[in-house]
Amino acid sequence: MSALLVEQPGLLSLLQDRGRFGRAALGLTTGGPMDPIAADLANGLVGNNGAATLIEVSFGGLELRADGPAQLALTGAELPVHINDRAAPCWTVLELADGDRLRLGFSETGCRSYLAVSGGFAIAAQFGSTATVLRERIGGLRGGRLEPGDRLPLGKQAPVERRWLPPRFRTRYHHRTTVRVIPGYQQQHFSRTEQRRFFGNSYRISDRSDRMGYRLEGPAIHCALEGILSEGIAPGAIQIPADGQPIVLLNDRQTIGGYPKIGSALSLDCAALAQLRPGDTVNFTPISEHAAHNALHLARAFERSRRFEPAPA
Amino acid sequence: MPDYPRLQVAGEAALIVYLARDSSPELTGRLQALADRLHERLGSCLEDLVPSYASVLVLFDALETDHFHVARCVRECLAELPPGDLPARRLVEIPVYYAPESGADLETLGERSGLDWRHVAQIHASRDYQVYAIGFAPGFAYLGNVDERIAAPRLSTPRTRVPRGAVAIADRQTAVYPAESPGGWNLIGRSPLRMFDPGARDPMPVAVGDRVRFVAIDRREFEALGGAL
Repeated sequence: MSALLVEQPGLLSLLQDRGRFGRAALGLTTGGPMDPIAADLANGLVGNNGAATLIEVSFGGLELRADGPAQLALTGAELPVHINDRAAPCWTVLELADGDRLRLGFSETGCRSYLAVSGGFAIAAQFGSTATVLRERIGGLRGGRLEPGDRLPLGKQAPVERRWLPPRFRTRYHHRTTVRVIPGYQQQHFSRTEQRRFFGNSYRISDRSDRMGYRLEGPAIHCALEGILSEGIAPGAIQIPADGQPIVLLNDRQTIGGYPKIGSALSLDCAALAQLRPGDTVNFTPISEHAAHNALHLARAFERSRRFEPAPA
Repeated sequence: MPDYPRLQVAGEAALIVYLARDSSPELTGRLQALADRLHERLGSCLEDLVPSYASVLVLFDALETDHFHVARCVRECLAELPPGDLPARRLVEIPVYYAPESGADLETLGERSGLDWRHVAQIHASRDYQVYAIGFAPGFAYLGNVDERIAAPRLSTPRTRVPRGAVAIADRQTAVYPAESPGGWNLIGRSPLRMFDPGARDPMPVAVGDRVRFVAIDRREFEALGGAL
């Protein structure tokens, strides 16, 4: 069976599939790709279904060696790619021959890149998913990040033609984004002034942001409630702790928590938020749950319109 | 219109149902009964359910259904719940070796209220607890309520390492650490029972809505059951 061998894992490289659902009763969170839109495109390029296991590369630095032939594609934040000493493109099906070395540099705009291989990585699932959640020590290999010497076996699949996602369909990443928020949870316990402050100001991404949550720095928001009985945390929930600095809770969030929440970010925008780097800027805008519903269906229609095409020689 | 039950939007694909303002053992039984019914009613539209203290978070697939439909299902399920108290589903016994050598804060905790450590242990094991919520970490069950005489606030400086199986108290809650982790609760003993075993068919011995009884064992029994200090 072909495999990829990890020579350098880079800053943070994790095996992920769509995530672990239906296990909150055990206290298990979802995990999964922080930017599922880019992850789906990587799997799609190499002919996998969306549930295949791929690698989420945060910031870059991953180096792999092929043990047997492999087809792969990189999407998400663009970073320099080399196969042996030859530069290679993102958003395009790439071929590795036995012994080839794949080296990823570091992204400068956006910070999550997705590396999918044809057939997916053949990794045993835990609780129905291969998603790695470091805090829980569950998923991936040993519940941990990729390490030098790890061997990642590839699933079997017929090769795809050399194709790409044409530039007009590619997601562009920026250093600033606007996140749509569905107000909810304890929203009524934030005064109008506090809500106006939250929706009217920019926040900076803290360098303490991670896969659990994006911590923000900016004007402090105050809630009339100090704490609440611990309750379930939806993906994208925006928690306001005592210091007033919002935290957008993402894939590796704890399943329950006792801080008030002003609402929850739209999943489409969580994907864009998760591509922001420390020091980047985010704004929030409120939308109704009906507008959110429409936005999700429109996004699905757009995803279906993205077509792969034969790559230019 | 009564304040409870109350439904609240919690996201593009999430509704939270508050059954009451405060938690209580009786309420936990109702939460679990509601969760069971929602599981059946929503079927494949359901992504997850998170019962906790006085609420259930319902996570659904927003491309398959919407808030309106899910809210209607929740209201129907609520209407089907039998009135009055619902009994706990199971009583689970958890063996605990209580001693200063297995519970580093046992003596300090006793001194706070002028109790001998043996008396603290006896009080802890003398009542049944309700499983209010599971979270913080896989398998971490929040149990309550602890007798006021042995309730104690979290440590001002959390420990960087609490061993697996540590039995601990924070305010009026008690728990068994499912894995080695950092922690700020007061340690009063050790259980040989694994609260979370990812390899097992049944990874957790308890679920929200169950009741728990702690049973004191001595060091020899602790070791015979697989415990190690």
